[in-house]
Amino acid sequence: MNNSTHTNSVAHTLSTSLDAFARRLIFTSLFVALVAACAVAQQASSNMGPAFMSGTPGTFAIRGARIVTVSGAEIENGTVVIANGKIAAVGASVNVPAGAHIIEGRGLTVYPGMIDLGTSMGLIEITEQGATGWVDTQEVGEMNPNSRAFYGINPHSSHIAVTRVNGVTTVLSSPQGGIISGQSAFINLLGSTAPEMALDRAAALVVNYPRSGGGGGGGGFFFAQQPAGDAATQRDRQLEQIRKAMRDAEAYARAIDAANADAKLPRPDRDVVLESLVAYARGLKPVIFRASRESEIRGAVRFAEELKLKPIILGGDEAWRAAAFLKEHNVPVILTNVLDLPSREDDNYDINYESASKLQAAGVQFAISTGDTAAVVRDLPYHAGMAASFGLSKTEALKAVTLYPAQIIGMGAQLGSIDVGKIANLVVTDGDLLEARTNVRHLFINGREVPLVSKHTELYNQFKDRK
Amino acid sequence: MRKLLALLISTATLMASLGGATAASAQQRRGDQRRTPSTTTPAPATTPGSQTSTMQPASLPTHGSGDLLIRDATVMTATHGTLMNADILVRNGKIAEVGTGLRAGSNARVVDATGRFVTPGIIDCHSHSATDAVNEGTLSVTSMVRIRDTFNPTDIDVYRALAGGVTAQNTLHGSANTIGGQNLVMKMKYGRPGAEWLFGAPPGIKFALGENVKRSNNGNIIIIGAPQPPRRYPSTRMGQEEVIRDALTRARNYKREWDDYRAAQSRGDRNAIPPRRDLQLEPLVEVLEGKRFVHSHSYLASEMLMLLNIAEEFGFRVKTLQHGLEGYKIAPEIARHGAGVSTFADFWGYKLEAYDSIPYSSAIMTHAGVNVSVNSDDAGRARRLNIDAAKMMKYGGLTEQEALRLVTLNPAIQLGIDGRTGSIDVGKDADLVIWNGHPFSVYSRVDQTYIEGELYFDRTQDIAHRVELQREREALEKAEPNQAPSGAPVAAPTRGRRPGTHDDSDDADGDGGHTR
Repeated sequence: MNNSTHTNSVAHTLSTSLDAFARRLIFTSLFVALVAACAVAQQASSNMGPAFMSGTPGTFAIRGARIVTVSGAEIENGTVVIANGKIAAVGASVNVPAGAHIIEGRGLTVYPGMIDLGTSMGLIEITEQGATGWVDTQEVGEMNPNSRAFYGINPHSSHIAVTRVNGVTTVLSSPQGGIISGQSAFINLLGSTAPEMALDRAAALVVNYPRSGGGGGGGGFFFAQQPAGDAATQRDRQLEQIRKAMRDAEAYARAIDAANADAKLPRPDRDVVLESLVAYARGLKPVIFRASRESEIRGAVRFAEELKLKPIILGGDEAWRAAAFLKEHNVPVILTNVLDLPSREDDNYDINYESASKLQAAGVQFAISTGDTAAVVRDLPYHAGMAASFGLSKTEALKAVTLYPAQIIGMGAQLGSIDVGKIANLVVTDGDLLEARTNVRHLFINGREVPLVSKHTELYNQFKDRK
Repeated sequence: MRKLLALLISTATLMASLGGATAASAQQRRGDQRRTPSTTTPAPATTPGSQTSTMQPASLPTHGSGDLLIRDATVMTATHGTLMNADILVRNGKIAEVGTGLRAGSNARVVDATGRFVTPGIIDCHSHSATDAVNEGTLSVTSMVRIRDTFNPTDIDVYRALAGGVTAQNTLHGSANTIGGQNLVMKMKYGRPGAEWLFGAPPGIKFALGENVKRSNNGNIIIIGAPQPPRRYPSTRMGQEEVIRDALTRARNYKREWDDYRAAQSRGDRNAIPPRRDLQLEPLVEVLEGKRFVHSHSYLASEMLMLLNIAEEFGFRVKTLQHGLEGYKIAPEIARHGAGVSTFADFWGYKLEAYDSIPYSSAIMTHAGVNVSVNSDDAGRARRLNIDAAKMMKYGGLTEQEALRLVTLNPAIQLGIDGRTGSIDVGKDADLVIWNGHPFSVYSRVDQTYIEGELYFDRTQDIAHRVELQREREALEKAEPNQAPSGAPVAAPTRGRRPGTHDDSDDADGDGGHTR
């Protein structure tokens, strides 16, 4: 605002001696200069360089390090070779290709990058009041299957670098709200554009499983007092909306298929909403149900079974109460509540710390997530660590934030462990990845070396020596 | 449209409860979360505004008398490094000896802590647990209201914090208004009468600056067809400065009236008329006299500097800047003033004024000579302050002892209770935590928590009680009064939180989730 005022006054003093064209030109160039100055002001502090947005590509060899492959045995003293964005070799004795950039790994440990499936990364910069212009998590209305996180993700969100420098390299970013919130994007936390970041632009459909007495995710809290009968009716009505949407999509897809097979049959008009649902309605892609209570979790699984969907439970506060059921139906859980307070006053103090170990013991496929929109997704390792201090083994805790989330989202062959051919998302640390005192020393995403800088390191450098 | 309206209404409900315009509904909402009314343990009455006057050193618990000897532990003292294979002897609730090969009386409780770690009890310098109401936000200056009047020692979150090693907390008002109310510093003696939780800590008062004060100013939301609540002054940081200046000026005038009166009395003037007592200004007079600590919620460097300047002008020192997330930007100024900062380890980005918060702040301020503590402001986070402290070794390179002090000795200093607690030193209260591994490891957990030598949390006992509690719960569920009229079982009550929300969203202090 001040800038434009200033520009105006400058333009005004010039106006007497210049014709309109020149004035406009100057006005425009002043504006451009100001915008550029702002951009420079942001970047100048940054010493971040081009690698900050896209990393440095190349062939790398991390040599003489401890390698925690996650999928197989640990290698006490080995080498990982990164080439063409992939893990080219890993082992105790592998040849380092000529010209590879060598990273001496003595005293360091190599891990696969961590993955959080419960975020809204890039869709939200500041979560509360005062910055709604930076919030893109939730569309208007209840049924938004064609609302895609991919199109809302801001690759320049400060949260992205803040998160990755703590070892979280990949997240599922999901829309929120309504009954069908929209589609999630599975993204690497590196890239100048959303297409550069995306591993899967439409990785899952997000559904807020209707709660009895709730409004389907948003708004339920304030209407919780309605009579039980009305609440159940409302839940059933909302379930019916989802059911209808899925069946319409399936009918639409069948009509398209039929038209494709037989040119004589009429082809339905293209419908982008129905089209966006087809892969989910046919169980080809996962549907993520946000569900916390046991009854909701069981309800979501039965509902998915009825419609032959491929369900994933997100939240899962009480998933451990339905562990045998989830195992029986082979439904994975993205557990977001490890660090949450117990929901009932008489719950055991460690009820949520323990739930991951209970799911594991029952054989339920699970991943641990922060469940945070963006800012504290970097705390993911400590959520897993807490689960590990209450029953889960350290190995399982690590898997719960690496390989298991990759498998749950259908990318287990590409991510989540250090195996030849996988995408080279690697974190090199000076200690246990899940420990709060551990420093990340090197970071690779998509086989590109990523500088360990963020908004936070930049501000640190600006102010640490101020007298 | 319906959704939009719902959003408006829900926001309005939230706003109203912030501003305190519907304090009753807010209270009711909190009340729903607890089965036990707040009246169980009224604190002993004292003269208004003087928390300390009737408070004696807390009487020691009588049960489990005799010495306590913790043997063969790794002892992190917070003052003089880490002692290996050390013993701690506790007598009469105090640390009697720290060393090796210590002997205790025949009736002493002996705890073999071989392979385990002992730290001082964690002190949380910013909490809203154990309260039934947090904000009296209808006025901008509510220095007359007191946390002790809403103190609820039955809050289960206290036990959960004990299970995370917390032994004392600074219980504060929220941040709805510029001058909030009088705090209460307590030991977490869950299960003991509330009066025993108090131990003569110097009194304090909550101030608040910035967004939350602006936001809870009602009237910012327009609800079509609904009567508009009155707007409350101030709605800007300019007004916040003026409110503080005005209040302190009135307090200074009030103090002069009393000084004049007392001078007249001492001259033997029998006709001197005492000034009319003012419960709002009394605590502020104590602030001016340095007898009551100011703990001010603040975020931006600018608003913190404003407060430090105004305090210097009125001749007192701000005891702590609470949150103080941009403190790292003005670390030298804070150090020169002598204020402490009680901050978050690495919480950020949850509102505009928290956008420049960095996890390196504690290290920068510590290195600049500021006394820094790391607090929770959240019943969930209170349970893992040890990990928050551990992070500070990574972010900016604090030493292990510096990091430990962030949650032990430093908050004790900030609350003026370091003579009693905050480190493992002979003569201090035996507020101790036994961890099954290094307290900074994510893989460690609390085995036992002691306050003044008494056991308030024991993981083994907790687990042992579960079977019995389960039986009791089942019996209660079957009991006739708990059956629905139809005979259908009654659903277990929930705590009133929205399932699936992050613990950080728990509306602990009535700011809609983030009055930190």
